[in-house]
Amino acid sequence: MADSFIELQAEDLHGKSMKVEVPTDMGLSLMEVLKGEGFPILATCGGMALCATCHVEVLEGYTDLPEAGNEELDMLESLPVLTATSRLSCQLRPEHCPSKLRLRVLGEDNV
Amino acid sequence: MISEVIQTDLCIVGAGPVGLFAVFEAGLLKMRCHLVDALPQVGGQLSEIYPKKPIYDIPGYPSILAGELVTNLMEQIAPFKPGFTLGERVEQLNKTETGYQVITSAGTEIQCKAVVIAGGLGCFEPRKPSIANLEAFEGKGVAYMVLDPEKFRNKKVVLAGGGDSALDWAIFLADVCSELTLIHRSGTFRGAPESAEKVFELAKEGKLRLVLNAEVKSVQGSNHLEGLTVSEADQESDHHIQTDYFIPLFGLTPKLGPIADWGLNIDKNAILVNTEDYSTNVPGIYAIGDINTYPGKLKLILCGFHEAALMAQSAFARVFPEQKLSFKYTTVNGVNAF
Repeated sequence: MADSFIELQAEDLHGKSMKVEVPTDMGLSLMEVLKGEGFPILATCGGMALCATCHVEVLEGYTDLPEAGNEELDMLESLPVLTATSRLSCQLRPEHCPSKLRLRVLGEDNV
Repeated sequence: MISEVIQTDLCIVGAGPVGLFAVFEAGLLKMRCHLVDALPQVGGQLSEIYPKKPIYDIPGYPSILAGELVTNLMEQIAPFKPGFTLGERVEQLNKTETGYQVITSAGTEIQCKAVVIAGGLGCFEPRKPSIANLEAFEGKGVAYMVLDPEKFRNKKVVLAGGGDSALDWAIFLADVCSELTLIHRSGTFRGAPESAEKVFELAKEGKLRLVLNAEVKSVQGSNHLEGLTVSEADQESDHHIQTDYFIPLFGLTPKLGPIADWGLNIDKNAILVNTEDYSTNVPGIYAIGDINTYPGKLKLILCGFHEAALMAQSAFARVFPEQKLSFKYTTVNGVNAF
């Protein structure tokens, strides 16, 4: 299948960057993928859009992502720092992402 | 002020599913429990966040609503007559000759032989924006929640935020403050539409100054806050607002809270425990459920239940040092109520 991987490039605020091919059938959220790649995301709430420690700025691919649900929008709205392309990575799944996605990890505890 | 002294064997910090089930495991071993929770009701996240969501990994229940699980747990532990202090956060923990003294935010005092932290995600604390100098003015004009609105009567107040809390307080404080400003990052509000409408109305009536598409950049003052600098998206230069108080309202985020200061070994916001009995590095303090961590930890309710059972066996030796513990099955011995 042509779309069985997405190319994920992520960086943190200190310039650490990684590029990885993520299979779309792993059953993980992007937050879990990023954690697995060693980004210091606390994910305190375990993926329920409650803590926003997995907040990311999407640098490439934003418009091709599925729309955020109400819970995610409410949480994003409440954050002190928000970019025009902010998302919660716990609410994104590789199988619904464009084939190329570039992010910056912004979660407050990763600063 | 200390208002009440409660005597118990185990003080359980957190009345979520794991804290509740710990009462059952402790009760089988004749240990009395008292639970404290910052939320006004039992059940933790299950009651507060997703009471109507089904849970599929509770053994014996192919599917059960979170709220139902809490109801069932309450029924299951009822024979052991646990005590509850709800709506109060545990603030202090002091070692005593026989165990610990736990003091809550409302001054309730609990004397216990051992402490079991079942705090889940921790307690939800206000999210602080990263604004230069902000922390220097905490308690001197900068507050993250409104505890006593009267404090702001006839004062100049600036609120920041766009959620329900910012809208609700803007509406309430419009009649209290001498000058009220609401600063919001975008031009619209996601909060309740009727609240947003009311805020726009108040702004039109001149009771509230709305500064939209704007952010607070810094705060200034000498001993007390005197003003702040605001940057607006469509303005070239920043401008200054004089104010007595600044209240950023950017929602709540789960933190360990006072637990972080109890000398426990902590790793990434979770308490490190020994998996033999889920004890912490401090004798007589246990941590079970989502708040603990150890190699292979899974944040699952069912894992928390297991941890509660092992914790109780170990706590028994602290509560009844002279007694020998003999392991018993409920199918053989039943559940003997207190």
